[in-house]
Amino acid sequence: MKIKVTINGKEKELEIAPDDYLSEVLRKEGLLGVKKGCDTESCGLCTIHLEDVAVLSCGTLAAKADGKSITTIEGVREKAEQVRYQLAKRGVDQCGFCAPGTIMSILYLEKVVENPTDEEINRYLKGNFCRCSGYVGQLEAVKSYLEGQKHEVCE
Amino acid sequence: MITIRTYYFPETMEAAYEKLTERRNNAVIGGGGYLKLGSKAIGTAVDLSNLGLDYIKEEEKSFEIGAMTTFAGMMLHEGLNQHFNNLFQRAIEDIVGMQLKNMVTIGATIYSRYGFSDFLTALLVTTTKVKLYKGGWISLNEFLENGPKERDIVEKISIEKTKGFYSFQDLRGSSSDYSILNLALSKEGDHYRIALGARPGRAKLAVKTMAFLEGKELSEEHMEKAGEVLTKEMVFGTNGRGSKEYRRAMGKVLLKKALQEGSIHED
Repeated sequence: MKIKVTINGKEKELEIAPDDYLSEVLRKEGLLGVKKGCDTESCGLCTIHLEDVAVLSCGTLAAKADGKSITTIEGVREKAEQVRYQLAKRGVDQCGFCAPGTIMSILYLEKVVENPTDEEINRYLKGNFCRCSGYVGQLEAVKSYLEGQKHEVCE
Repeated sequence: MITIRTYYFPETMEAAYEKLTERRNNAVIGGGGYLKLGSKAIGTAVDLSNLGLDYIKEEEKSFEIGAMTTFAGMMLHEGLNQHFNNLFQRAIEDIVGMQLKNMVTIGATIYSRYGFSDFLTALLVTTTKVKLYKGGWISLNEFLENGPKERDIVEKISIEKTKGFYSFQDLRGSSSDYSILNLALSKEGDHYRIALGARPGRAKLAVKTMAFLEGKELSEEHMEKAGEVLTKEMVFGTNGRGSKEYRRAMGKVLLKKALQEGSIHED
């Protein structure tokens, strides 16, 4: 079947199977920032935004995206770099494998909650597992990012 | 593994129902969460996304909630949280992460009658009716006990605005893991509703315990005895998350915590 989607601002027509999941479809499109982790809707590595809402692409049938907009980490490079800087500054971006999914959740939080409390930050990041560093530094990094402690993006 | 031969977005409920009942292996797709954890060969997947079933309407005496409303929608709804003192927020909060809560729908959860569900346990202690497209209105309790009489589609639910105290208790290996056991309690006047879920069987009302507690003062002795009634009347099982003996022992603890919470609330 064919679906029409807008991926990171670009309209595309994709040929998919009815039982394809978005994570696989997007990776085949070269969007390798959509990581494959548990593949059972648990770890958060594959987080994307579908119509501006954070979802797990490993558990979202690609057919559901027909007519909708998809944003992956590749579509938010500048903001992602700001978040990554804050994570790295606190040493909580170690192997980096969870970072794309985590950053997509942080950007979703930024979009839907104004001035989030610690509890709200944890609520929105609960679905992103990191096995390197724990979560205290991550919380601090998110707060710094949301407070607008930006830096110049490295080339 | 899930396989799907064709995918269909109906424009009306009738079209959805017709397609669903056309072949035995056709199936309704809600949010799609948990789908891949099962094994099924689906002929046509009937996706309800275009039917406008994602809504929560607060009315004078009830909340009417569309089947495609997500867990996130339920958890963050101010009216529901205010009226049921955060019962649904508490029950949904620890279910994996926000992304999954944005995907999972209440209709699919109810129709599937998942044993591991925290949401169904909480919903059972409210006065909730389920609207099936063909079968009409049915109480949630009856639906969870017996399922639909024939293949059907959950269209919406209605939760009565009862006034009372609501509590949700759960036992988990870690935050965001599935419950080893969960319990919900409501108290309206002297009348209790208590539901136990993740036994690991599906959530069920503890009717003998509810009757035992009716009109009783919440003394330490009565709470202990209620725990004994609860563990005698409910069936517990063993799975990878816990043994039936552990669940039985913890059932008493969860009930006591909920009763104590209710007692503090009244003070």
